[in-house]
Amino acid sequence: MKPAPFDYYAPRDLGEALDVLAEAGEHGKVLAGGQSLIPLLNMRLAAPERLVDINRIASLEPFEVTPDGVRIGALARHSQVERSEGIAAVQPLLRQALRLVAHPVIRNRGTVVGSLVHADPAAELPAVLALLGGSVRLARAGGVRDVPAGEFFTGPLESALEPGELAVSAHFPRLPERTGSSFVEVARRHGDYALAGVAAVVTVDDDLRVSEARVVCVGVGPVPLTADVSGWCERRPASTVDWAAVARAVQDRTEPEADIHATAEYRRHLVGVLAVRALTEAARHAL
Amino acid sequence: MRYDITLVVNGIVRRVGVPARRLLSDCLRHDLGLTGTHVGCEHGVCGCCTVLLDGEPVRSCLTFAVTVDGRQITTVEGLAGPEGMSPVQRAFAECHGLQCGFCTPGFLCTATALLRQNPTPTDEEVLEGISGNLCRCTGYQNIVKSVHRAAELMAEEEGR
Ligand SMILES: Cc1cc2nc3c(=O)[nH]c(=O)nc-3n(C[C@H](O)[C@H](O)[C@H](O)COP(=O)(O)OP(=O)(O)OC[C@H]3O[C@@H](n4cnc5c(N)ncnc54)[C@H](O)[C@@H]3O)c2cc1C
Ligand code: FES
Ligand code: FES
Repeated sequence: MKPAPFDYYAPRDLGEALDVLAEAGEHGKVLAGGQSLIPLLNMRLAAPERLVDINRIASLEPFEVTPDGVRIGALARHSQVERSEGIAAVQPLLRQALRLVAHPVIRNRGTVVGSLVHADPAAELPAVLALLGGSVRLARAGGVRDVPAGEFFTGPLESALEPGELAVSAHFPRLPERTGSSFVEVARRHGDYALAGVAAVVTVDDDLRVSEARVVCVGVGPVPLTADVSGWCERRPASTVDWAAVARAVQDRTEPEADIHATAEYRRHLVGVLAVRALTEAARHAL
Repeated sequence: MRYDITLVVNGIVRRVGVPARRLLSDCLRHDLGLTGTHVGCEHGVCGCCTVLLDGEPVRSCLTFAVTVDGRQITTVEGLAGPEGMSPVQRAFAECHGLQCGFCTPGFLCTATALLRQNPTPTDEEVLEGISGNLCRCTGYQNIVKSVHRAAELMAEEEGR
């Protein structure tokens, strides 16, 4: 099928885009990489009246490594962020996650910020933002606000973005010292949205004992589900932590639903297996 | 409303008037008559509509023609050079990398870009590179062989 007709705007600067969005209100929609929105338009699951194509706004392109992390502009494509050695050095979890997002060809167009706003409950990048405690910067005509990840994802395919707002960038804090990360998932086919996935960050202290461990699960709830499991690690050396027990604690917090792809029971099982893998790999990278 | 846009398709400047909702895939096929680009699913899954945008492979079914006004597009029709088929095309013919041929334009464009970026890919890199393209006929084995063979052909031509 083909998209329903819409009014098209392709502003060259941010101010103009914000004015159009302000006027359009709930009838307006932003077009970034189009890798989630255009399928919805093609299938006529969405039919916005006005589309604001932000692809010509050069000021939204850059991403930069800052003292406290990485700031990624709205037009930074998945593939650019994945390839950046500068980003991988301060926040390796982004590359680990991006390799699981769709296929290389889709990553050439899709944007990191678009993926956050799209807020698919099985998507990797919202989980990364939630796990790291990052934030999204939203601009509207006459104002800017930073929304922390914990408040940004409000439901399946729902974010805190309000009509008239444009997400200009997202901030991912850097990994602390002696900290490792990992992202693992199971999908029907490589590149598909995951049936379930788990990302972990593990920090060890000077004696190489686990001082902090956190995970996030995707595909098992309406929004990314984060859990601090530091207490379960009992400040032991990584090699003697009972990771299976930690994973069970994670499993107990999930409330997966069944769909045509997998039963709830199977998803819960996957979370357990994946949590052990993610935590042990993250711990290995922390040493 | 119609938008007058300019696309440089396979090196030729083409001017065309399109509504905003015209997908790049339909613009190429219907407006410009370049039916080599195939359309399977129109939601990004099958990969047979893959074309090169400024040299980089993208889904033409997930791109509006108006968005890429002024840019360079290479379709399967543009892969062959003055001396005939490109190394990737010859490799696919030689290794039986196609049967019905429906998926082939997408694989050829994807593989062309892959080998430009990485002239000596490992098996794993080839699999990752073509993972977004579906083929209902070949079982993929010969497609993987074709990509490796294309890498050899390109290296030989470089050496000459
Ligand atoms: C076959 C296929 C497989 C995929 N697999 C995965 C996967 O495994 N994991 C995964 O995470 N994703 C997957 N994706 C989706 C892909 O990652 C998208 O690129 C991403 O979800 C959206 O980014 P985009 O830039 O393409 O956004 P668009 O499609 O342009 O927009 C998506 C939504 O976000 C809004 N939006 C985008 N940018 C902004 C902004 N700056 N401000 C305000 N609103 C904005 C749009 O209005 C729209 O509602 C897949 C896509 C396809 C086609
Ligand atoms: S037609 Fe574009 S990916 Fe299938
Ligand atoms: S050759 Fe028939 S689909 Fe690939």
